Amino acid sequence: MKFFQSIGAKTIGKVTAVGRAALMLFGALIAVPRVKNIPLIIKQLYVVGVQSLLIIMVSGLFIGMVMALQGYTILVDYGAEGSLGPMVALSLLRELGPVVTALLFAGRAGSALTAEIGLMKATEQLSSLEMMAVDPLRRIVAPRFWAGMLAMPMLAIIFSAVGILGGHLVGVDWLGVDAGSYWSIMQSTVDWNQDVVNGVIKSLVFALVVTWIAIFKGYDSIPTSEGISKATTETVVYSSLAVLGLDFVLTALMFGIE
Amino acid sequence: MSKYKTEVMVGVFVMLTIGALLLLALKVANQTVATEGDTYTLYAKFDNIGGLKPRSAVKVGGVTVGRVSSITLDQEDFTPVVELSIQNEYSGFPETSSVSILTSGLLGEQYVGFQPGFSFDGVANLKNGDYLQDTKSALVLEDLIGQFLFNRGSDED
Repeated sequence: MKFFQSIGAKTIGKVTAVGRAALMLFGALIAVPRVKNIPLIIKQLYVVGVQSLLIIMVSGLFIGMVMALQGYTILVDYGAEGSLGPMVALSLLRELGPVVTALLFAGRAGSALTAEIGLMKATEQLSSLEMMAVDPLRRIVAPRFWAGMLAMPMLAIIFSAVGILGGHLVGVDWLGVDAGSYWSIMQSTVDWNQDVVNGVIKSLVFALVVTWIAIFKGYDSIPTSEGISKATTETVVYSSLAVLGLDFVLTALMFGIE
Repeated sequence: MSKYKTEVMVGVFVMLTIGALLLLALKVANQTVATEGDTYTLYAKFDNIGGLKPRSAVKVGGVTVGRVSSITLDQEDFTPVVELSIQNEYSGFPETSSVSILTSGLLGEQYVGFQPGFSFDGVANLKNGDYLQDTKSALVLEDLIGQFLFNRGSDED
């Protein structure tokens, strides 16, 4: 009896958590059309976007450089080092740009969002806002959600562009691949809708998932120091797993069926 | 952090994104040239298209004038029909033109090579929806090897 009861309690707990998360997202979504909230969004865009910029650009540069180095040593055996450009560009635009940005974003900005909102809850700032008839969903959650939705695709685009330049630095400037073939074969292979736009769609989906998980985990955390630390860990773990799993589904939908 | 400085940094962030997007659009995807603009359609029937794919290039003397838009199988005589979208600025090819499937380099991609024919009196120009009569199929390596072995075998008799 105890066994069934524990399974039932866990299931009901998970389902109600999903329901609370959906209600919170709904509250954040309908809260957008307010002109006076735009300064709040800009401030959050600074926190989640600009402050993640350095780690995104440095990672993008080094990932592009490593891919050019690895790709060159393999391709040069077949005399196909001209294909280095499309290799670097396609893997960055389709996969690495959106996915690595989302993982870094979950670690850099998502955990900070969870900790911030969790601490607001623990110190009863959210309750105080409600006492003053200010909706915390509108004032706290919505600006962070929309800033995350805006910042992640922008960061992914910057990541891909910096990575392609890093690949150019290693492939063309250091290893001596012809600059003309690096760009021209890339241009004839990369398609705007198929590759660039699909990458941006991917990172929009990841932005929704990561920001949603981060904000909900903070909003729903147990208001103790232990609860906040647990919520922060769960944010990073859950959003990384969700990003990697969703990436496979999205890739199968976008590129799987020709 | 003053409000002014925050706004400046967000502005820098947005401009960086726009710059990166422009790099991707113009330098990586080459958005301006990629079969944008008006095109007209020609059809060509081949015996064998080898590794030709949709979006392969159509080239006249090495200059890309269009792309393969679709490849279908004719249900009556079971031969592949290749649909070519040619940019409107390259029009006026005579009806005697021929197309063949070529390979760029030893292991490179396959593309459609378009040889404009001679135009003289009585030869009209190709129009939208015309079929090209003179086609040469792709070279299939296995067929070549098979022919070579077959010839060797018959020589020894």
